[in-house]
Amino acid sequence: MNSKRARHAAAIVSLGLLSATVACTNFYEVPIETPIQAKLDVGAFRRVLVAGFISGGTDDVDANMETVRLLRSQLRTKTNLRVIEAEVLPLVELAQEQAQKAGDAPLPAVADITGAQPVPQRPTDPPTATAADDTKKPEAAAPGAIRSKQDLERYERIFADAAFWKKLGEEYEQPLIITGTIMFTPQQTAGPVTVNREEFDQLGRRIIVPRRLYQERKGFILEPKFVFIDGRTGATLYSESQRREVLYPASQSTPALASYFELMDQLIPDFLGALSTQKIKGMRTLLR
Amino acid sequence: MILRTFVITAALLAFASAASADQRDDAKAQVEFGIKVAQNGLWKEATFRWEKATEIDPSYAEAWNNLAIGYEHQGRFDDAERAYQQALKLAPKNTYIRTNYDLFNELKTRTTRRRDR
Repeated sequence: MNSKRARHAAAIVSLGLLSATVACTNFYEVPIETPIQAKLDVGAFRRVLVAGFISGGTDDVDANMETVRLLRSQLRTKTNLRVIEAEVLPLVELAQEQAQKAGDAPLPAVADITGAQPVPQRPTDPPTATAADDTKKPEAAAPGAIRSKQDLERYERIFADAAFWKKLGEEYEQPLIITGTIMFTPQQTAGPVTVNREEFDQLGRRIIVPRRLYQERKGFILEPKFVFIDGRTGATLYSESQRREVLYPASQSTPALASYFELMDQLIPDFLGALSTQKIKGMRTLLR
Repeated sequence: MILRTFVITAALLAFASAASADQRDDAKAQVEFGIKVAQNGLWKEATFRWEKATEIDPSYAEAWNNLAIGYEHQGRFDDAERAYQQALKLAPKNTYIRTNYDLFNELKTRTTRRRDR
């Protein structure tokens, strides 16, 4: 009998406490979706060609191929543009050819990486596919490879070559052409890091306490530059540079490709935002 | 004479305070209704309610905060910026408003990120 009464009392007290809590709630977390207007008017185009990218940095990921593949699939599902399935352009080699024709100083011999073959279908594939010996020392195997932004800048002239892009546009019925550069480089740091720790205060309330810890970390930096070209004229319509980086504790082994996709996931909304109105999801707190 | 002045002043203060409390109550009703409808996805109606709340009681920081969120949801960045600024002016130490504003700024930075051309 007593235990029944006690249970009733406990239930009443709990209900009272709950009511009091609800009554005292002064904030409400709500999801919001902010519409972001497209940066580029693509009304004149019905088709889009992701031509290829000049990529550099680590050889662990074929950033050109992966980026083309990813952007094509995103454009297919998230925009109304028809995506042209075409061979990925060997832009590095094309830029070198252009430089040679123009009589400029030769660009770094990246072609050495792929060997002296006729224009390959996957020109920027790492050498590991053809030269097993190189797998042990990919960084050393490509003396002329694009390792820094300075290396990359030397190839960027190709984006200003309106005649080249116009000709390409004519081949594919004058689509919107997407190209650019991708740097995907490993990084390593060591130093103090602020880590949020969950603790409980004297009243048993959950609190977040920032703690400074010394940590060795490694990760990657992804720096793409997307160039949007009018396939009718070959002129650059718009270009956008971005930068994302990720660091993991040194003890954690994360494959380069996984990091690449993690960083690209963050960039994709911004990339798509150039072409179509996007809704960015977020959380906000409404107050009473 | 002094007593009379005191009584009149006290009466005026009491009246003003009651009027202000009424204003806040009215504004609060609008804010609460706005929250309810926003939770059901009716953001335009919610924004309208919070606009009314800030008209009724312009010193109501929470109403300005909600209004800023409503504007954000509609992509009205300039209006949202002004509303957040007003909310923070009225309640500079309110961490919820500060956090909302920081998130808004982050979003704004993303959308206005450097254009090379």
